[in-house]
Amino acid sequence: MKTTKNDRILLAHGGGGQLTDELIRHHILPKLKNDTLAELGDSAKLNVASKSLCFTTDSYVVKPLFFNGGDIGKLSVCGTINDLAVAGSKPVALALSLIIEEGFEFKLLDKILSSISQAAKQNSVNIVTGDIKTVEAGAADKIFINTAGIGVKLAGVDLGFEKIATGDKIIINGTIGDHGLTIISQREGIKFQSQLQSDCAGLAGLTCELLKNTSGVNPVRNKTPEASVSRLTGISNGVKFMRDPTRGGLAATLNEISKGSGLSIEIREADVPVSPVVQAAANMLGFDVLTIANEGKFVAIVSPESADDCLNICKNHPLGKEASIIGEVVQTHDAPTVELITKIGGKRIVQMPYGRELPRIC
Amino acid sequence: MDFMLDRIHKAQSFCNAACEKMGQQINIMEVCGTHTVSIFRNGIRSTLPKRLKLLTGPGCPVCVTDQGYIDIVLQLADRDDCLIATYGDMVRVPGKGGSLETKRTKANVKVVLSSEDALQLAKDNPNKIVVFVAVGFETTAPATAVVVKEAAAGSIDNFCILSGHKLVVPAMRALLSGKNHNIDAFLCPGHVSVIIGYGAFAEIVEDFGRPCVVAGFEPLQIIEGLGEICQQFSADKAELKSVYPAVVTEQGNTTAQKIINECFEPADGYWRGLGKIEKSTLKLKDKYSRFDALKRYNITETPGEDTSGCRCGEVLCGLIEPPECGLFGKSCIPQTPVGPCMVSSEGACAAWFKYGQPKREQ
Repeated sequence: MKTTKNDRILLAHGGGGQLTDELIRHHILPKLKNDTLAELGDSAKLNVASKSLCFTTDSYVVKPLFFNGGDIGKLSVCGTINDLAVAGSKPVALALSLIIEEGFEFKLLDKILSSISQAAKQNSVNIVTGDIKTVEAGAADKIFINTAGIGVKLAGVDLGFEKIATGDKIIINGTIGDHGLTIISQREGIKFQSQLQSDCAGLAGLTCELLKNTSGVNPVRNKTPEASVSRLTGISNGVKFMRDPTRGGLAATLNEISKGSGLSIEIREADVPVSPVVQAAANMLGFDVLTIANEGKFVAIVSPESADDCLNICKNHPLGKEASIIGEVVQTHDAPTVELITKIGGKRIVQMPYGRELPRIC
Repeated sequence: MDFMLDRIHKAQSFCNAACEKMGQQINIMEVCGTHTVSIFRNGIRSTLPKRLKLLTGPGCPVCVTDQGYIDIVLQLADRDDCLIATYGDMVRVPGKGGSLETKRTKANVKVVLSSEDALQLAKDNPNKIVVFVAVGFETTAPATAVVVKEAAAGSIDNFCILSGHKLVVPAMRALLSGKNHNIDAFLCPGHVSVIIGYGAFAEIVEDFGRPCVVAGFEPLQIIEGLGEICQQFSADKAELKSVYPAVVTEQGNTTAQKIINECFEPADGYWRGLGKIEKSTLKLKDKYSRFDALKRYNITETPGEDTSGCRCGEVLCGLIEPPECGLFGKSCIPQTPVGPCMVSSEGACAAWFKYGQPKREQ
């Protein structure tokens, strides 16, 4: 029996027998093959010459599976890579687990696997191990994906809330709200035509470049005299903390940083990059764009001396062309808060979003 | 941007001059919930002179809906033969025995984005009677009227509406006729004015001597509206003005008015906080009475009892600010709202909670 005879997933494809084997050999391996995965062992054997590793996992249940700018496959690779990247590591290996509903079409599975393969290649990381389960129709919604990832900590890089100090600058690598609004715009019942496109992207290339070039490990391009002095004297790393503003958007991430560091944050609305189409859609739906999810963005807290350097590195990278210094870490007076200086010069609080139930955006 | 700031500074100088001249607090009520949200989101309050106070008004459709109406909706949601079609914000308003959200598990509550979606639901579910929870001011009433006419023309008999539509001007009259009010002027709603025309507010100016200024929803438009009101105070005048000329005319949208008048007639009705107001709500005319859920199910609307301790009614009349309510920020928070002003995205309490004062650590 050949899987090509079936155009849909059967329960038996997860049964561990012949069909499972054929699924792996005909659909998974051709797309994701590498030496480690090809061994098809119970565990992947990794040779990592580092004592300091980052390890993370994330599950993906996004609906719809395919959206403008990406799909669940690309998301499941990029999301986990980004979690490793913002922790200051270079991703080296991913594990991939698929939970597939009986009846799921092979052509859709193949499309998702192609995206996974492409995203992994683009981010120079291999899928080294994995698992497939099938469940009865109705027991899952088409396909759920879990990925786990291992990253090697970059030498000399030490990030943490405790490094953050008053006066530090806050950088974001581009426009906010693109992913969340794209998903919302394609949700059943809301669907509207737009040019919205998810920003889904793996950030490790950019973050590694940023960290290497501002932590004294490697020489810097476009360096300013001030920045190079601070690096030579080893005052501190330029980048002190990074986080990817996914669910809850920039508002949630800045509140986490404020709470974690015990310091307040002030950002300027005029400096926060938002594409006009995202702003228009957010206005139409009554959303605050600061609370909308991103999948290809990071927030970096950097020392004031290195801020221009960091910004230039971002701007010279394809994923950071619209990077901007959006605000500063400021003294806390009462309790740590995040404040926004609006375009008209008003001031308001940016609260931790309370999570309006937007179903399954990642 | 500079041009915009110049206009803002000019409007602000009018506000400062009026406050100085009057020598006492000036209270301006923004009638519309969208104004309330924009004022908070853009930090407009922080840019105004201390003696210029903004009062939130009865302009959020979900908030002004009487508890009695909510209880009728919940009662209908318990019927197996009914399918409730409602706008999103209504589902979380608590009433007797829960909210539509808790009833949703029975799968007979559907969130719709338009009245057309509700009618489509009736076409798709011929075995159920779809009850459209028709709330809103003159802005949404035409859309309800259109589907009632469509249902009549197409003999879609499993469709009916529970009209909670309300008229803005009678509510403003009721507020000014109350003994306790402290309203010196109105910032009139932009969207409603598109339909009813700014001329509709002339009676407020004539009968009560209060300035009425129609403004749009951009921060600049709101500040210019406030500036216009303050100029009138300085000149000791009370006039009707629109600073939203691009979309609001004196007569309004006569086609939309005609559609409303074809289907609806003004009736006495209940408002949260304001009680029964003469000719302030829209009920279906006799020729469309078969689409009236109250008649179909032989229900009489009676005023409902507000939840104990909830002061939404006073918030809606501009008598108190949300933090003056004992429940605000304690048992009444966006995750677990007690009153509708905390439920609705246009509600004063939700806006205050989200953008206003920082929430202190307990």
